[in-house]
Amino acid sequence: MPEGKRENWRWEESRWENPDIDWKKGKAITVGIDVGSVSSQAVILVDGELFAYSSMRTGSDSPNSALNAVNWAMEGTGMTLDDIQYTVGTGYGRVNVPFADRAITEISCHARGGIYMYGPTVRTILDMGGQDCKVIHCDEKGKVVSFLMNDKCAAGTGRGMEVFADLLGVPIGEVGQQSLDVDVEPEPVSSTCVVFAKSEATGLLRSGWSKEKVLAAYCSAMAIRVKSLLDRAGMEEDFAITGGIAKNLGVVTRLEKQLGVKAFKPKYDTQIAGALGAALFAQALLAKEEKEEITIATDCP
Amino acid sequence: MLANYGYNDGSGDFFITIDTDKCMECEDKPCVAACPVEILESFTDDYDDHVVGVVEKHRNKIRYSCAPCKHASEERNIACQKACPFEAIKHSW
Repeated sequence: MPEGKRENWRWEESRWENPDIDWKKGKAITVGIDVGSVSSQAVILVDGELFAYSSMRTGSDSPNSALNAVNWAMEGTGMTLDDIQYTVGTGYGRVNVPFADRAITEISCHARGGIYMYGPTVRTILDMGGQDCKVIHCDEKGKVVSFLMNDKCAAGTGRGMEVFADLLGVPIGEVGQQSLDVDVEPEPVSSTCVVFAKSEATGLLRSGWSKEKVLAAYCSAMAIRVKSLLDRAGMEEDFAITGGIAKNLGVVTRLEKQLGVKAFKPKYDTQIAGALGAALFAQALLAKEEKEEITIATDCP
Repeated sequence: MLANYGYNDGSGDFFITIDTDKCMECEDKPCVAACPVEILESFTDDYDDHVVGVVEKHRNKIRYSCAPCKHASEERNIACQKACPFEAIKHSW
């Protein structure tokens, strides 16, 4: 790629493996695959413990994206698709995961994954995804109590942030921190449309605003946009954020300030919540199937 | 579960809220047949409960899909709400 043509929207893909788990000794290997509009994740659980995960960009082909994600998560472990006992697909491309035993909505999976990641006291989960935003209320077991999703508009989503990273030439991983480097918080740009916000930002840059100030104005607009969804859905503590934007301190800090509530600090990659929830569903469904098989075998004369 | 289907955009909030705990108790689900533009469907959710939801293709245009029940010049006569015996359906606009 020629110098100066760096793709600033390109976020870091990641893979993690738990070195303390020998999957060959595990009795139940379950997988959750979240094929989202922007990113795909695969999470592998061994007897309910997090063994490995991968998070990468979704390609133009959902089945391939699912396969690439799970292959990357398994890479170097010696595990193959044949070793996996139950797979649940979730996300926009959930019906296109060719090796999935069942498809479950991302709303249910985010609730279950969010409780695993942040603990059973969480009651409100805000998922700021690539092309949608969801407010989910759940109980201590991760069952959804209510949900509200907005996927009509890119404002308040990761894709909107990617547009701004590219416009300002700031790597997306640095947007949040740089947006906090302002002495005085500027007025937010348009929070209703990324296209209008982008043209507004271009004008502000021309009038002499620094990149940091423009980023602050956009992060603030995004926080306002998301808060309006939380106002409609209702906020019940404890509060946690999942999805890629949860890594953006510029948005998270401003949202916390507007809400007057602190979000839980993440222990895992916030993008894996959906796939993690799917893997937990897979584990529960596998256990249910095995129990039914035992009952049938016992009932046979 | 309170399921909110719809959207929020520059022109406002447009959500249909369905209390699916009430739908589970409702055997006939008359709201589905009552809707003149077939916005609602009954289905089995992730927890294996038989509930009602908004058909996916209508979710991002319900402001317009629901227009036949929302005449500005006449008294509102929202068919799904009227048909629901459990008052489980609410419209935000």
